[in-house]
Amino acid sequence: MGLGRFFTLFTAVIMPLGSVLASEEVGHSEHSSAPVEHVADEHATDEAHAPKEEGFNPNELIMHHIADSHGWHILDWDGHAVSLPLPVILWTNDGLVVFSSSEFHHDTEGHHVVNAGGQQFVNKHEKIYYAGTEDKPLDFSITKNVLSLIMGAVLIVLIFLSAARFYAKNTNKAPRGLASFVEPLILFVRDDIARGAIPEKHLNRFVPYLLTLFFFIWVNNLLGLVPFFPGGANLTGNIAVTLVLAAFTLIITNVNGTKDYWMHIVWMPGVPTPLKPILALIELIGVFTKPFSLMIRLFANITAGHILVLSLVSLIFIFESVWISPGSIVLTLFISTLELLVAALQAYVFTMLTAMSFGAAVEEHHHDDHAHAEGHH
Amino acid sequence: MDLVTPGLGLIVWTTIVFLILVFLLGKFAWKPILSAVQAREEAIDQALKQAESARAEMGKLQASNEQLLKQAREEREAIVKEGRAMRDAMVAEAKESASVEAAKILESARTQIHQEKMAAVTELKNQVAQLAVDMAEKVLRAELAQPEVAKANIDRDLKDLNLN
Repeated sequence: MGLGRFFTLFTAVIMPLGSVLASEEVGHSEHSSAPVEHVADEHATDEAHAPKEEGFNPNELIMHHIADSHGWHILDWDGHAVSLPLPVILWTNDGLVVFSSSEFHHDTEGHHVVNAGGQQFVNKHEKIYYAGTEDKPLDFSITKNVLSLIMGAVLIVLIFLSAARFYAKNTNKAPRGLASFVEPLILFVRDDIARGAIPEKHLNRFVPYLLTLFFFIWVNNLLGLVPFFPGGANLTGNIAVTLVLAAFTLIITNVNGTKDYWMHIVWMPGVPTPLKPILALIELIGVFTKPFSLMIRLFANITAGHILVLSLVSLIFIFESVWISPGSIVLTLFISTLELLVAALQAYVFTMLTAMSFGAAVEEHHHDDHAHAEGHH
Repeated sequence: MDLVTPGLGLIVWTTIVFLILVFLLGKFAWKPILSAVQAREEAIDQALKQAESARAEMGKLQASNEQLLKQAREEREAIVKEGRAMRDAMVAEAKESASVEAAKILESARTQIHQEKMAAVTELKNQVAQLAVDMAEKVLRAELAQPEVAKANIDRDLKDLNLN
């Protein structure tokens, strides 16, 4: 069952790479159904749980990886999980409760009950419940993703503040060291992303935000590609993170919207009056769909990359053969390289679309109807 | 599905961390870097413009230099020409005066020589005349001592005179 689900997922992800691979998978899934069969009589009644207890389950591994978790699993040593305990911070009915994630003893099935602050909690699939109920306290824990977020932020601050020190010391000198590395990137964001989308008059207002956005996404994308601690958290592939970033785009765009911008949404000039309410409806929906697509695009791209890499690595364990590893390594290398590109590309796309959104909000339209007829197709 | 359900905790933390980043980087990284870069760009622009104008200036200077050089050359040529003319004139004048002087000297020398010669000739004539008179005296004396011989001679001379 687990294998079946994995292959469905795998096929869905790999489909664009061509039907050749897909047809191979069909062969494999027939082949690999054999080991499941011989345990089937013991667990015939509870097939869903069988693969979890019987060896390797790539679906669980991948889903576990791309989801957030309390405690950072680093490796397994001698049959024991080695993980970094992280603080669990809960806002309960009785106020704030803080304890270490290690108190769950790696239990994510809701069996191990933790007593803290006079209350009982269990960890059910990385969600904290009051023990024995279906109620959840508000969870503000420093999870794996939050820690990765903080580390990424610290890294960004270190990089750019030390680069900024060069400029404080040297006026009108060619950049050297770290500054010579970051300056082309900064200029790329300013000149190739922002300048094309935002009118020159408003450019300086938005460039700092766009720079922060670009490097935040890029650096965190790259940290996510590092396969071992302290990298590898699926931060930018988490919908909460992309939600926040998209929400900032939405808020900043509409806060800065000029009268012109709003007029083009609620009462489109240069369009026959009966059409105006319909267009207003479409435009109003558009205000939200644009950031929504930003949120989904980044989330889906990064998550898909993580799934793909993990699937390819999992092949070795699915076939339980070391002979698969060369192929698996080559494919993983290929996809990882591709993901390096995707990491930069998605940061670029998100920043670009955000810049265009800002540009549209502050743009001044020339009010003549002919231009509108041309400009709004 | 869990995967597409945003967790409240992560939303809050991301918002906080991202806002801190926007603030920190905006104040301590982007502002100094961007203004430094802009200042540098302006400085480069200005330097390029200055170089351009300096080049133009230099071109102008070079042109005027050439003009000056040309002028100087022309002037020099004129001076040389003038000098040469003056020299030629002077030489010609000198030659002229020298030849005049020489002619004058020559003339006076010639006059002197002529005078000397004339004096000498006169002297010679006088002496010859004296000699002739003396000789004639002697001859006359002798002839007069022998009157027949003298008579014969006078006759013969007279005959000769008639023949002339």
